[in-house]
Formats: sequence, structure tokens, C-alpha cells
Amino acid sequence: MLVIKDVYKTFHPGTINEKKALNGINLVLEDGDFVTLIGGNGAGKSTLLNMVAGVHIPDAGAILLDGINITNLPEYKRAKYLGRVFQDPMMGTAADMWIEENLALAARRGQPRTLRWAITRKEREEFREILKPLGLGLENRLSTKVGLLSGGQRQALTLLMAAMRRPKLLLLDEHTAALDPKTAATVLELSDRFIEEGHLTAMMVTHNMKDAIVHGNRLIMMHEGQVILDIRGEEKKKLTVEELLEAFTKASGAEFANDRALLSK
Amino acid sequence: MSAFISSLPGAAAQGIIWGIMAIGVYITYKILDIADLTVDGSFGTGGAVMVVCMTSGINIGLSMFLAFLAGCLAGLLTGIFHTKFGIPAILAGILTQLALYSVNLRIMSGSANMPLSVMKYNLLLSLRKIPKSILVAGIFVLVLIALLYWFFGTELGHSLRATGCNQAMARTNGIHTERNKILGLMLSNGIVALAGSLLTQYQGFADINMGRGAIVIGLAAVIIGEVVFGKLFKNFALRLLGVVFGGIIYYAVITLVLSLGLNANDMKLFSALVVAVFLGVPHWKKQLMQKKRTGKGETKHAGN
Repeated sequence: MLVIKDVYKTFHPGTINEKKALNGINLVLEDGDFVTLIGGNGAGKSTLLNMVAGVHIPDAGAILLDGINITNLPEYKRAKYLGRVFQDPMMGTAADMWIEENLALAARRGQPRTLRWAITRKEREEFREILKPLGLGLENRLSTKVGLLSGGQRQALTLLMAAMRRPKLLLLDEHTAALDPKTAATVLELSDRFIEEGHLTAMMVTHNMKDAIVHGNRLIMMHEGQVILDIRGEEKKKLTVEELLEAFTKASGAEFANDRALLSK
Repeated sequence: MSAFISSLPGAAAQGIIWGIMAIGVYITYKILDIADLTVDGSFGTGGAVMVVCMTSGINIGLSMFLAFLAGCLAGLLTGIFHTKFGIPAILAGILTQLALYSVNLRIMSGSANMPLSVMKYNLLLSLRKIPKSILVAGIFVLVLIALLYWFFGTELGHSLRATGCNQAMARTNGIHTERNKILGLMLSNGIVALAGSLLTQYQGFADINMGRGAIVIGLAAVIIGEVVFGKLFKNFALRLLGVVFGGIIYYAVITLVLSLGLNANDMKLFSALVVAVFLGVPHWKKQLMQKKRTGKGETKHAGN
């Protein structure tokens, strides 16, 4: 269970660029929740995700994961609880290292790095097994440099690395935005599968309203650093893009001025 | 020409020693993606510690180990400047390098030059015994490469490689990137100082200026190793060996141009320009590729 309690974050305070990114946000994710997170540019979605991941530290408020206070824990320390996939497909993997080396790094998330051999033979077999279902043929290319893979392949691999050791929370930050539509659909489908098979709790930022409705069991809309809509269960399944836009206008009192969101109906 | 040929064995011995130094540079420059200028100071630190330890009666193995440790401390300082003080890596290295000038003088009790005569001490290498020196330095290279090959195959070694390759990815996977950078800088400068202790034995003295330009020689060896042996040596151990060969080629070329009449005082200018050109080549290659792409295959690549 993830509890976000009264979290505030202001970037560049006291300057002309001051930006209140999170404005006393409160949010509770139950175990097994798969939340899709939408909102206009600057609504605070990515800031919220980065706050949970430890990239930013809140000005005020608390973040608890399964009762553990992670508010001020450095990024590398809280990594053992989290799986993350970034928008940029290049960001989640080490390009100069092999596929199996990347997987081995992810397999040891949360464990001390010792002077033991980095990859065991048993692990290599395991990697081959878990790569097969991706359907990308990567199981036969364990000693290929990740930098030689396509953006879609790298994102699928990142997703696998994020999910393979069953994190308490999976954070997906617009992880299909940089991919072509077909590859994006494949990666989204994989995300759904990993979350379902692993019974993972997940939070996915997206700019695509339709994806936000179709995926997950709960939809949250943010505006000016706060949650303005929280729709779940049956109600969410019946949602249409038009209703969502209307709900946004009503709740925020503003037109949804985001071309990207409108374009991707 | 015969002068050149007769000076080749000496060039080889020096090249191997500087090649060991270049392996240290390889760790920061290639693996950690940091251009670490500490080495210009830590190389001399290794030499200074070597002379002082030997002349005060410490056994040769321990002396070299202490030189290695002194180098590690220099790397630690740069690492702390970089990660805890938030100083850009290049500047952090320059600061340590400057500080080490004083430190090295202190170690040598204020003198800029201290002899370590092979007549008085039982040294592993010496100008007077070049074949033996080449053999000893060669053994050092092989042992060092074996140790590094093992280290970079471990969990910790992998986490160091990931830190240099993609910090965001490393942290996401629970790797303490700051600690790893410090560790890499320590290891690198330890090796550089060890090479300094070898050169001190070889030339029979330590000098306050012996490390000046070490980073340039190290980069030259790394780049020559890559350009000449890159296609052939893919394996990590072989790539390190390529770096040492790079050092040998560098010294052979230096010996050649000196024998062709280049003024020794112009040597550093020559080295700097050669390294600059080699560093520029990949950049120019990329630009040329881009020009070709936009010039010819416009329609073909438009979708990418």
C-alpha cells in the first residue's frame, strides 16, 4: 500500500521561475491497484512519480510504502521496493552492457553488490525463460549489447527488468510515449500482463485518454498539483473520452488546454 | 635510424610502464565516463612514496603497496570533491592535482627530486637492465589485467560499469552511484600511483614533475589501443592489453620523432596536438555521416 500524505513540492522557490508542482496532494494506493494517471502539462504527474521514486524530495508531507516511511530515503536505497520505466527508452538500460548483464543488474536490485560473480549459470537459464514470452527473440541474444536494440525492444526489456523481482510498486512514466503506435501497443500489453501475473501495484502516467480508460482499475486526474478526479471499478469501465474531458472541465473549472491529450483521443 | 632501433627496448619498457598508468586512465575515462586529471599528481605521488619508503628501509613489495594506497587516497579526495562537494569531475581532479604538488613535495621533504639508485637498493626494474625491466613490467601487466578482468566480472564490478554507462538506470536498480564513482577513482589512481612507483625504479629517481602530462599520455595510449586493436580485441582483458600496446606504440613513435630531430622541448606540444586530433576523429566522423545522410538519403531516412 502506498500512502502519499499532504505532499508539497515547489521548484525554484522565490524566483521568477517558481513552480508549485505538488500542492498538498493526498493519495492512497491499495495493494493490487493499477492506477492510470492523467492531466495537462505541468499538472504534477511526473513530479509525483519522481517523488515516489526518490528523484525529488518533498518540501513537506510524507510518503509511506507498506508502512515504511520512504519520504527522505535516497533513490538508490528505495529502489529495492520499486520498479521503474521511463519515457525515454534509452534511460532504463545500460547501452554498453549486454542483455544478460542488464538483467543481472536488475535481479540484484536491493541486494548489496559483492565480489561474487555477476551472473550465475542458473540465472542465465532463468533470463532465457523470462525473455521468451516477450516474443522478441531476445532469449537468443543474451550477449548482445543493449545499445544495438530498437527503442521498443529496450523498453520491453526495461519493463521486464522493472517487474522481474516483483516490486512493491511499479512506476510507469509515459513509457510508451516515445514509441511508434504498434510498438506502444505491444509494450502496453506487456505491462498489463506483468502487472496481472505478478499481482503488482502500479501507477502509469499517460497522455492518452483512451489508454487511461482501457488500462488499470483506477483512473486519477491531476490538475495544479492536486488530485481532481478519482474514478474506479465499474464506473471507470464505462467512461468515455468525452465524459472524461467534461469531468475535467467541471472539476478544474478550466478548458482542457492540452493538445496532446486532445489529439490522442 | 640505428640510434632509433637501439633505443627501442628502452621505449618498450617505458611504454609498458606508462601503459599500466593508462589502464588506470581507462577505468575512469572509459568505464566511469569521467576525465580524471588527478593522475598528473597521483603518478608523482606513487613515485615519491616509493623513494621515501625504500630509502627508509621498507621492503620493496610493501613500498609499492603503500604507493598504491597513496594513489587510492588521492582518488578518494577527488571523489569526495566530486560527489560530496558537487564539483564537476574535471575541476575536482584539477584541484586534487594542484594539492598533490604540495603533498608530493612534503613527502619528499621539500626536495623536487630524490634519487633511488639501483646500486644501493634491490629494485625490480632499472634502466641498466632493460630486458629484465620489460619482463617484470610485463608480468605486472598480466597480473593487473587478470585482477581487473575478475573484478569487473563481479557484481560490484558490474555495478561500476552501469554507473559509468547510465546513472539513472544504475540508481533505479539500487546502485549507489556516488560510492561507485569514488571507488572507481580510488582504484584508478591507485593503479596510476603503482605505475609511478615502477617508473621511479626504472629511471632511478622520483621527480616533482614526473606526472606532468600523464593524463595526455594515458589518453593517447587508450585511444591508440582502441584505433589499432579495436577491431581485433573485443574482450575486456584484451582491450586492456590493447591499452598497454597503445602505450608502447606511443613511446616508440616518440622515440622515432625524437631520433628524426624533433626538439625534446617541443615534445609536449606535439603530444597534445596528436591526442587532440585523435580525440577529434570520432566527432568528425559523426559529422561527416550526418552530412552524408541529410545530403543523399533524405527520403530514405526521413521516417527515422
